[in-house]
Amino acid sequence: MSFKTFKGGVHPGHFKSATEKKPVVPARPPTTVAIPMSQHIGAPCDPLVAVGDEVKMGQKIGDSKGFVSAPVHSSVSGKVVKIGMCNHALGRPVQSVFIESDGQDTWHEDVQPNPNYRDLTVDELKKIIREKGIVGMGGATFPTHVKLSPPPDTKIDYVLINAAECEPYLTADHRAMLERPEEIVIGLQLVMKAVNAPMGYIGIEDNKPDAVEVMKKAAEGISNIEVHALHTKYPQGAEKQLISVFTGREVPSGGLPSAVGCVVQNVGTCIAISDAVRFGKPLIERIVTITGSGITEPKNMLVRVGTFIEEVIEQCGGFRPNIKKMVLGGPMMGLAQPGPDNLPVIKGTSGILCLTDVEVNLYEISPCIRCAKCVDVCPVSIMPLFIGASVEQGLYEKAEAYNAMDCIECGCCTYICPAKRPLVQWIRMAKGDIAAKRRK
Amino acid sequence: MEFKLVVSSSPHIRTPESIQSVMTDVLVALFPAALAGVIFFGWRGLITMVLGMVSAMVAEAVILREKNIFGDGSAAVTGLLLAMVLPPAPPWWLVVIGGVVAITIGKHVFGGIGNNTFNPALVARAILMISWAGHMTGWVRPIDLATAATPLAGASTSFMNLFVGAIPGSLGETSAFALILGAAWLFYKGHIDWRIPGGYIGTVFVMGTLLQGYGSVMSMISTGLFHVLAGGVMLGALFMATDMVTSPVAPRGKLIFGIGCGVMTMLVRLYGIYPEGVTFAILLMNAVTPIIDNLTLPRKYGEVTSS
Repeated sequence: MSFKTFKGGVHPGHFKSATEKKPVVPARPPTTVAIPMSQHIGAPCDPLVAVGDEVKMGQKIGDSKGFVSAPVHSSVSGKVVKIGMCNHALGRPVQSVFIESDGQDTWHEDVQPNPNYRDLTVDELKKIIREKGIVGMGGATFPTHVKLSPPPDTKIDYVLINAAECEPYLTADHRAMLERPEEIVIGLQLVMKAVNAPMGYIGIEDNKPDAVEVMKKAAEGISNIEVHALHTKYPQGAEKQLISVFTGREVPSGGLPSAVGCVVQNVGTCIAISDAVRFGKPLIERIVTITGSGITEPKNMLVRVGTFIEEVIEQCGGFRPNIKKMVLGGPMMGLAQPGPDNLPVIKGTSGILCLTDVEVNLYEISPCIRCAKCVDVCPVSIMPLFIGASVEQGLYEKAEAYNAMDCIECGCCTYICPAKRPLVQWIRMAKGDIAAKRRK
Repeated sequence: MEFKLVVSSSPHIRTPESIQSVMTDVLVALFPAALAGVIFFGWRGLITMVLGMVSAMVAEAVILREKNIFGDGSAAVTGLLLAMVLPPAPPWWLVVIGGVVAITIGKHVFGGIGNNTFNPALVARAILMISWAGHMTGWVRPIDLATAATPLAGASTSFMNLFVGAIPGSLGETSAFALILGAAWLFYKGHIDWRIPGGYIGTVFVMGTLLQGYGSVMSMISTGLFHVLAGGVMLGALFMATDMVTSPVAPRGKLIFGIGCGVMTMLVRLYGIYPEGVTFAILLMNAVTPIIDNLTLPRKYGEVTSS
């Protein structure tokens, strides 16, 4: 292990104190849920139920034939009342199944514990992880079974668990580590088994010393799992950066972590895997941090997928009057939403961040003064200032030459820019345009 | 829904830094050297600096039709830097012309902040030097302000005087100590990188030592050190060459730029007709900055070399 830090990065304020000491509380069971058929990267699911059907908690209600996809399950027992479009965190309405709860929370018969889970074969493991709808819970929601299926004859040396939680404000992973450390270790062991990896690392930013201690204790006596405290620097938890820190290896441009013998998973995903494999529970709830100066009572909550964000906000005492922005996810990569109405919590909702006019400014964009701070902080060493200038002039080919496609969209460049230029937004525009041209 | 929410692209938090705060930091960093200028060259020095700043700020405000005369602070920086590379007591109109020329020809003909190819203060200095050479070489001794030659023109002085700045020279360039003190603030704030000043000063030292030094090793080294401390190298390396707009952005490019400035400065000093070459060295390197930028793109993460 090299313990090299990664190049670049920024040090925003942590803003975690509002919720880091607050245990996770279960949210009130929802009366109605909207379960989007797409809560992951990849092919959307088709509904397996019709209006009027009775469904049970944990029942599969949507699936797809695509390999890069993950099924979705009902988070309540009750009756399907509507199948139609519903607002979605990604901004575009998505086909969703609306279920009215009967308040019983009766589990579906598919949800069966598996006492001999240690004896499962690799293929059985992967099948369970797919069937239970496990996706990356850090926010990107990439289907986990795909990550666990590297190209044949790829040798996986390390499974890395991203427990950095480098996004400011969020404490969901932090609380998960304090409250459910054994499950994280079991989840990691299952992933290691699934990809036949000899070694597992858990990386935690050193601004969470209590979590480091708890996780070290949980992994005590397990020779092939190590827990390490990492520098507190954003984006410490980014896949490529985590790989560099632990192994000194670089994922080749355009390639996957498996190309350098690594698989990276989030702590929340480990818990979901443990739940799925040991207890047969599909991914129907997750820890969400509701925080920011715009919420009356910041909390960490265990929220069922499909719960309307409006209800979650209400259970936190509602918005403060000077709320200006609501972000799903963290402040560096999260997605701002027009409002909490008709917007369900999905598998990737790690946080609901409520910002007020104190934090939210509508900056005027100034000309670039070439201070090169974006070049210094870029963790993948591309040239944000030149890409931004190219996009401003509509020169997308030039943006490609400055390696726009290698951008991991961490947002460090925009964060640091004294001229308040929306660099990562321009880079995303370039990526969209370049990808569309490549498809042609 | 009773709230109106802002929807914008991530990230949703930003550094408190702005162009204005960066420029203010530069002004703060220039303060020790400006103060040294006033101490050594008296109230005429203060007037020169105020005139330089005011004329530059007014020119900028007029061009931008901006009521706030300080604006983003860049004109104040340009005006102060210009005054610091002028003789301590030039005629008032020379300073005003310099300030206006810096902002108009040096900056706004290229499109304003961020777009100028050349360092505006040095553009103005070069134009003034060619136009009014007599006024631009009105060197005086510190304190008693008697007419004198600069060390680079052959006046003898001690290293102590060179370091604290008690020598004839431009208003803000003489005190290496004050300049280093100010630059330390910019390093601390992360506004400048060691590569440009390091490359510049290192090259001047090495070339001075090897090309003009003679005799014992100690005396050769002292010749190199003399070239670093005399004239405008410290001000040029720490505050002029590091101008963000006109210097390369990539780490390797910055080093090449610094070395290039050093080489050009020493070529003028040792083999040219002027005793000092900092102005033209930096302007020349400004001109090749886009080329350096294109040749020194950093190796991206995970770059695959095609074989």
